[in-house]
Amino acid sequence: MDNKITLAHGNGGRLMHELIEKLCLKFSNKILNEMADAAELNVPGNKLAFSTDSYVVKPLFFPGGDIGKLAVCGTVNDILMKGAKPLFISLAFIIEEGLELSTLDKITQSIKKASDKAKIQVVTGDIKVVEKGSADKIFINTSGIGVIAHRGRHIGAKAKTGDAIIINGTIAEHGIAVLNAREKLGFVSSIKSDCRNLNFEVGRCLAASKNISVMRDPTRGGLAMALNEIALSSNLGIEINEESIPIKQSVKKMCDILGFDPLYIANEGKFISFVDKKDASKVKKAMGKNARIIGKVVSNHKKEVQLKTEIGSSRILAMLESDQLPRIC
Amino acid sequence: MCLAVPAKIKSIDKKEALVDFGGVQKKISLGILDGVKIGDYVLVHAGFAIGKVKKAEAEDTLKALDELKEVSKYESA
Amino acid sequence: MKAPKIKLMEVCGTHTMAIARAGIKKLLPDTVELTVELVSGPGCPVCVCSQSDIDRAVEVSRIKDVIMTTFGDMMRVPGRRGSLEDMKRKGSDVRVVYSSLDALNIAKGNPQKKVVFMGIGFETTSPTIAATILEAKKQKIRNFFVLSNFKLIFPALEALAGSKKNKIDGFICPGHVSVITGSIPYEKVAKRYKKPSVITGFETIDILKGIERLINQIKNREYKVEIAYKRAVKKEGNPTARKILGSVFEASDSEWRGLGIIKKSGLKLRKKYRDFGAETRFKVKIPKTRKMRGCACGEVIQGIKSPRDCKLFKKTCTPQNPVGPCMVSSEGSCAAYYKYG
Repeated sequence: MDNKITLAHGNGGRLMHELIEKLCLKFSNKILNEMADAAELNVPGNKLAFSTDSYVVKPLFFPGGDIGKLAVCGTVNDILMKGAKPLFISLAFIIEEGLELSTLDKITQSIKKASDKAKIQVVTGDIKVVEKGSADKIFINTSGIGVIAHRGRHIGAKAKTGDAIIINGTIAEHGIAVLNAREKLGFVSSIKSDCRNLNFEVGRCLAASKNISVMRDPTRGGLAMALNEIALSSNLGIEINEESIPIKQSVKKMCDILGFDPLYIANEGKFISFVDKKDASKVKKAMGKNARIIGKVVSNHKKEVQLKTEIGSSRILAMLESDQLPRIC
Repeated sequence: MCLAVPAKIKSIDKKEALVDFGGVQKKISLGILDGVKIGDYVLVHAGFAIGKVKKAEAEDTLKALDELKEVSKYESA
Repeated sequence: MKAPKIKLMEVCGTHTMAIARAGIKKLLPDTVELTVELVSGPGCPVCVCSQSDIDRAVEVSRIKDVIMTTFGDMMRVPGRRGSLEDMKRKGSDVRVVYSSLDALNIAKGNPQKKVVFMGIGFETTSPTIAATILEAKKQKIRNFFVLSNFKLIFPALEALAGSKKNKIDGFICPGHVSVITGSIPYEKVAKRYKKPSVITGFETIDILKGIERLINQIKNREYKVEIAYKRAVKKEGNPTARKILGSVFEASDSEWRGLGIIKKSGLKLRKKYRDFGAETRFKVKIPKTRKMRGCACGEVIQGIKSPRDCKLFKKTCTPQNPVGPCMVSSEGSCAAYYKYG
């Protein structure tokens, strides 16, 4: 059993000590190497962004990513959406006994790579091992801290009438890639999760315009839920052109086959910006070559997202009621 | 009532075919449809080819949709 | 023209969803010269499943060593004891499949278990299940069973066409059922009940074309069956599929939610294939059907009421807490009205 995680890896004894030392070596930095009970952080300025998220994705590895990469990028992106620069991240594992050590190794490799790419330091962490059946292989929690350098507050309530709504690329890839890997439905495609950090684009956006009112990453619940939340918190209406929403043909086909609405499917490397329309083209450019203006904020139909359909009609884009299941009707 | 999506037959092995939906491929059953050959378009429902699709008429439909979009563009302008 | 108000029924739930998603209703004529109204029909297999059919599946899923498989459509339909999804939460092995062949493969991979497939659907879907049963027989797979909750659309269509309550002027006929059945079975409905019938595809343009043809027929006082989905539907349909269906199943009386028992409107396994029948293999006690208070699904399915006329709609009945099947099925008309307004 020496190639598997056992309860002894989490009982405070020698095995646990060795495992933690090994992990610390991997993420080696001054703060972590102190091996203190808490990390001591020096942070410039006095305004911080602080975010936490837990990751329980199944399967652990999927086309385009894995739970480790997701655990870093997800938290990093949440900090970025506040317009903050991510600096530090914590890393806590809850592991089901019996997990292959090699699997844990692959995941931590991936975390190392993703955190280096996002220029964020792992400064504190924890491992717990639970009995078989008490968790599903491995759960990861990460919390991140970033500094807010500018004055704006990128929250949903700040959206204003006339703002252009811009997305940085094609939607629904993460959700479809994970579903296809999990459900083993036998579809072969090149669809990959879009999981990645958004440091570069967000940095460019903030440099391009001082008039960005909201940034949001449409993760769980997809684009439709992100837009609905912003419409609600700003007490304004949102108008979206269905045809301008970028989506890859293969993803659209998968959605057609399974009876899914891609607007409700998760993304992990996408964000939307709400920006004063005079800066719209600048920000669109900053968001990359696949960025598209997909709609605008209006003063009527408050708290509601209206979707303009391809034939020029419109309908309400409602909140997601429950997860979508593959269907035949 | 029934979702069915058109796909192109890439290869056939007895009563099984590999089809391409456009960037997505899957093995499906030819168990309830006769006279299918490679290159044909079929409608796929619940893992089965249920009928053939005529390509020329499918293209006409797409053209009509484009025309309709043009009209609605001008109307809303 | 007789009346400026035209009421058309889209028989198929997939049409209901497509119409709602494209916002077609908002574009229909609504003037003194012509008003066109669309109502949803019984073509949602989840919606017309009787309460006892759902309860039976739920009870069977609780039996030891049973793996219950079904299409995602059925997972959240509430039975008296809860839905299949609820049973899964409570420890039953319930799996969503994309095809009945996937269920057969699960049976092959788990010979010590009994794999039950909760079969729903109309003439489009039932031949695929028939083919799967033939395959099971050929491969001598003896741990695969089917709950036959299949429906035939034509007896129901006739019942609706003959009803005086709904005042339907014409039918938007289901495109994918017709791929199998062809257009001939609609002739009787069109001629005897004087109902224009147009077989329609599912792209927005297809649906608009179907509506246009129906309006023209009504204007010209014609009662024809037209195929506006020529790229996929042939007059003779798919005879191979019908032959396979007929070799495994035979017509039987069946209970439809909202419509009651309709003669020869369901399917049961032929004697030769009875061993694959889950109904005979698993004897379960089913709670007596009790009509849900205030739920108008029955009238909605018949085109008598709109979801908005139902007292429960958006109040006690929501997609998260559905009372009736028209709300739980994603292609149900109540769900479509709820979601797309």
